[in-house]
Amino acid sequence: MSEERKRLQIPCSEEEYRSLRAGDRLLISGTLYTARDAAHKRLCALLDEGRELPFDIRGQVIYYVGPAPTPPGYAIGSAGPTTSYRMDKYAPRLLDAGLKGMIGKGLRNDEVKASMKKNGAVYFAATGGAAALIARSIISSEVIAYEDLGTEAVRKLEVRDMPVIVAVDPDGNDAYEAGREECRAALASL
Amino acid sequence: MRSISTGLITETVKNAFLRANYDIGADITECLEKSRREEISPLGRDILGDILLNDEIARTERIAACQDTGMAVVFAYIGQDARIEGGDFNEAVEEGVRQAYSEGYLRKSVVSDPLFDRRNTGDNTPAVIYTEIVPGDRIRFDVTAKGFGSENMSAVRMLTPAAGVEGVLDFIEETVSKAGPNPCPPLVVGVCVGGTMDKAAVLAKKATMRPVGTHNSDPRYAGLEDEALKRINKLGIGPGGFGGSTTALAVNIDFFPTHIAGLPVAVNICCHVARHASAEI
Ligand code: SF4
Repeated sequence: MSEERKRLQIPCSEEEYRSLRAGDRLLISGTLYTARDAAHKRLCALLDEGRELPFDIRGQVIYYVGPAPTPPGYAIGSAGPTTSYRMDKYAPRLLDAGLKGMIGKGLRNDEVKASMKKNGAVYFAATGGAAALIARSIISSEVIAYEDLGTEAVRKLEVRDMPVIVAVDPDGNDAYEAGREECRAALASL
Repeated sequence: MRSISTGLITETVKNAFLRANYDIGADITECLEKSRREEISPLGRDILGDILLNDEIARTERIAACQDTGMAVVFAYIGQDARIEGGDFNEAVEEGVRQAYSEGYLRKSVVSDPLFDRRNTGDNTPAVIYTEIVPGDRIRFDVTAKGFGSENMSAVRMLTPAAGVEGVLDFIEETVSKAGPNPCPPLVVGVCVGGTMDKAAVLAKKATMRPVGTHNSDPRYAGLEDEALKRINKLGIGPGGFGGSTTALAVNIDFFPTHIAGLPVAVNICCHVARHASAEI
């Protein structure tokens, strides 16, 4: 690796989330919850009805992933990020309920970024397609809700040194936009 | 007449999907290695390194290279002198998909109804099956496990003949630019120019399955492939979308005759986990 990767224990304090900067490369350890399209729809429906979520979302990080089935001898099957924009419709609702981090891949819309700013939340990116590699940093996986959704069920994951990049920080800086712009300019002058 | 059993068809399709999901092709690996040497962004080089390591893990441990093991797409070229025995051809293909996805620990990602219930079918069927009758007495299968992060970024546009080469290049570039980091770059971009709306889309899907580093045999279209790749790799999107000079590994362009009034173009985006396999029986 060409750059030092900082270690971060998840969940962390509000100040620690706020101190993260777009472009930071981290190795995160601790607890994550998984949810993608179908689970988001149900979680938001519960909030709309004023009911309790299947886990305490305050201060937590959700990983947008639908893992492959677990082969014998593994903690989990291949488990890379899914594209985040599909969760944009739901994310502000969960951020308002206390969610502090999301891990996925790809762009977020302005509404999500504004809500992240308001709530001091972070959007991390994992490398899309590096699913067999990422699975190595997941130590355990347990379905805690919506088992009927199969791969889309909500899981509680324990991870150790999972490599991520801060894609959007709580001030709204976007590493995708900055990186692309910098490289586009460099390539234009080549 | 040569007879081919449906049991053999099932076995062949099953093994092809297992190979497609575990073994990323040598063409992709070589291209990723070359791109890593040439990539201008240090972070981009690291991401390409992670992808190479990932593909190595999948290959040696026989696990899915990506958790999205895709929707199964099968192109079957059936020799007109082959006789299929033992049951229904389509069912034999579906059974091959079913067995690969259940026995191979591959994710089941298909919902039965796209709009209302969206209930998972539980075995990754149905597959998208295209059959063509060809000379001979054999059956060839070209299969691809198509992930939807990249499929969702694909597009078809009906250009006017006046749009010409520039119009085609602009549309390809625009489609990739809009997709940005979403489809897991670096990409393999499949394009078809011509045909009808549907023909262009099918041939663009086939184009994603052509090995990277090969060119269209028509030098004009080969030149178009090079030009499109050059333009895409100047966009700056880069590996993982964090900036860089490797946005696509290849642009594979096919073409088909079309109507005097039309210039359809289909752009099918595929990620670096370009999973396809072929088998003949
Ligand atoms: S776009 Fe490709 S690499 Fe990315 S998650 Fe989907 S299948 Fe995997």
